[in-house]
Amino acid sequence: MNKPVPPTELQYEQDAPLYAARKKVYPQKVSGTFRRIKWGLMAFCLGVYYLLPFVRWNRGLGAPDQAVLIDLPNSRFYFFFIELWPQEVYYFTGLLIVAALTLFLMNSLGGRIWCGYLCPQTVWTDLFYAVERMIEGDRRERMRKDAAGGAVKLQRFAEIGLKHAIWLVIAWWTGGAWVLYFNDAPTLVKQLFFFQAPMLAYIWIAILTATTYVLAGFMREQVCVYMCPWPRIQAALTDEWALNVTYKYDRGEKRTSLKKAKELRALGQQVGDCIDCYQCVAVCPTGIDIRDGAQLECIQCGLCIDACDTVMKKIGRETRLIGYDNDINIHRRQAGKSPIYRFVRPRTVVYSALITTVGAIMLYAMLTRSLLDINVLHDRNPVAIKLSDGSIRNAYTVRLLNKRGFDRVIAIDIDGPTNATVHVVGADSVTPDRPMIILGRDQTTELRLLVTAPAENNPEKSIPVWFRVTDIGLGEVTSATDNFVSP
Amino acid sequence: MAEHNEIDQVTGTATTGHQWDGIKELNTPLPRWWVITFYLTIIWSIGYWIVYPAWPLLASHTTGLFGYSSRADVAVELANLEKIRGDKMVKLGAASLVEIEKDPALLALARARGKTVFGDNCAPCHGSGGAGAKGYPNLNDDEWIWGGSLDKILETIQYGARSGHAKAHEGAMLAFGKDGVLKKEEIVTVANYVRALSGLSTGKGYDAKAGAKIFADNCVACHGDAGKGNQELGAPNLTDKIWLYGSDEATLVETISNGRAGVMPAWVGRLDPSTIKALAVYVHSLGGGQ
Ligand code: SF4
Ligand code: SF4
Repeated sequence: MNKPVPPTELQYEQDAPLYAARKKVYPQKVSGTFRRIKWGLMAFCLGVYYLLPFVRWNRGLGAPDQAVLIDLPNSRFYFFFIELWPQEVYYFTGLLIVAALTLFLMNSLGGRIWCGYLCPQTVWTDLFYAVERMIEGDRRERMRKDAAGGAVKLQRFAEIGLKHAIWLVIAWWTGGAWVLYFNDAPTLVKQLFFFQAPMLAYIWIAILTATTYVLAGFMREQVCVYMCPWPRIQAALTDEWALNVTYKYDRGEKRTSLKKAKELRALGQQVGDCIDCYQCVAVCPTGIDIRDGAQLECIQCGLCIDACDTVMKKIGRETRLIGYDNDINIHRRQAGKSPIYRFVRPRTVVYSALITTVGAIMLYAMLTRSLLDINVLHDRNPVAIKLSDGSIRNAYTVRLLNKRGFDRVIAIDIDGPTNATVHVVGADSVTPDRPMIILGRDQTTELRLLVTAPAENNPEKSIPVWFRVTDIGLGEVTSATDNFVSP
Repeated sequence: MAEHNEIDQVTGTATTGHQWDGIKELNTPLPRWWVITFYLTIIWSIGYWIVYPAWPLLASHTTGLFGYSSRADVAVELANLEKIRGDKMVKLGAASLVEIEKDPALLALARARGKTVFGDNCAPCHGSGGAGAKGYPNLNDDEWIWGGSLDKILETIQYGARSGHAKAHEGAMLAFGKDGVLKKEEIVTVANYVRALSGLSTGKGYDAKAGAKIFADNCVACHGDAGKGNQELGAPNLTDKIWLYGSDEATLVETISNGRAGVMPAWVGRLDPSTIKALAVYVHSLGGGQ
């Protein structure tokens, strides 16, 4: 088989190959404002993710007391004071819309803030890097150790083993926390410990352990660069006003060493503040040089800003040679004008307005949603029955939903053909024509309802009939309509 | 292959030497991990042949190491289902019919079970919703040939009518014409009388007195003096608005001339007792029960 020829042997050496093998990135430790923000957000996000299942919320006797719970067997979703039924999944649609719009708004204000600070891939990769750095040392040390390669000493072996062990523990606990959202957390933890938990829980833990371990431990920046669609999408959503991590070449160029710069400045020549120290490159988790301009690979984490600020302070120049800025301001500065920042723009206004609107609609729907529901289904076969005295009867399957946490007594009235009566199969009507039923708490009840129109009032054709359900205690009323059909 | 060793200048990859209209094919081998995975799947599949039933033989097939078969799987699952239903169905079997109707949980279970069993066994004649058809009673209405109480319905399902079972409902509409008991004109007259009983119009020149006489002589034994029927004998009420075979004159003449004897099979022995119970409750709850 023909062996691929290394690019160096190409006739046109300047042509880059179509496929470049991954170069491992060794981000260097950095400290500063953005690093602190990232630590803070990481602690917050992971804290919420790992601990939320253990937060309790009292919903009364017999109801789950977990604040956030996706109860699949009983088809309920609990979120603090909110309890959603399967037919209310549209709230999730609303939530997704709001989430998407928020992402757009963030993007139009500050570029890929999501990518740099909040994306799970970033958060967990950052955490894994921290572990790696703690055990194997900082950039140089790791590079040296990796380069040593074959000459594996026992200590190195132990280091690598320890790192992967810690990674796996984190990954395993990530999967573990995931399944806790679907079960009562303390119970499940106990079950998991004694190997009594359902198989599905173990399978999910295995899946999430594997994905966390592989994505945050090995794939790292490759996920952002090759797998994630968001960089491409956001590129289409952004505009020239969005703040991005930007190298301000207007004051950076031309680059030269500190010593040379001093000499040149003394001669009155134009030199930039960048001293070509490559600190910004060393700390970058995607291994790029921000000084090349805006790039797809940049996740806008701001770490290069911290790195460069440190350098600038050391050499006594103004900080923020790299900072959140945009091209417009670079040009303005070049032209001697002061930079302007514009956050109120048509797109930010539209996004904000949409977020507010969708949020308000959801809130309204949430606050006014009925906790008593009725669904009516007309019998299809037969649609109508003639009784021996000539009266006509229609049968309906009625599903009543009691979303409250207690039993309720409800009465059913109808409004249809004149003098029509309603009867519930299996229930004695205390008051004629107004059957009363007890609805179990937090459940659906299916009833068979018979509506009979006396012979003299037989409607000639199909006419609407209203079913009204009244909670005797609370006075809550809901209704539904269907048709009364004649044979 | 030496002459194919040409190197593509842009990518630095060797070509295969294949060329179409000047377009050359690069020799880009599949990634190693892919190839390895591919071979592993082949090895895996061989394992499958050994472990699971795989190859057809002349009369049967290889059975695999563990004798696995999907049919056995189904049997196990069905057995499990029975086990899951077990105590609920036992409860159903223990409760009386009235108790079942009073207990919402049991009623729901009986209705659900009854509905599926009805669909499998009864729907061919009575329709999927029990609407019936000509000659097959509508189970939603309130006319019951053999009685519409829970117990009566249960009895009818268990033993059927004219089913050959020792406890089956017997009694049939006689063939007054075929057997020569009534003449053609008499049959038309009494048919009109019966229509009049339930408030339907009568034919031209119909003699009400003669009709009443024929009815009194021949029909009251089963259908009663007023034509209200008799559920013991399975004689329908002739005064109401429900007709099993039809109420027009021609149909009535046919019924009186040749008789009627529809058959309802006995289900005892074919369905287990608690299932029959569920079925009775379901039919009763269709709305026609008395
Ligand atoms: S260039 Fe700077 S902001 Fe962009 S990913 Fe690298 S370190 Fe983060
Ligand atoms: S860290 Fe700042 S000074 Fe150093 S190379 Fe990067 S931009 Fe230039």
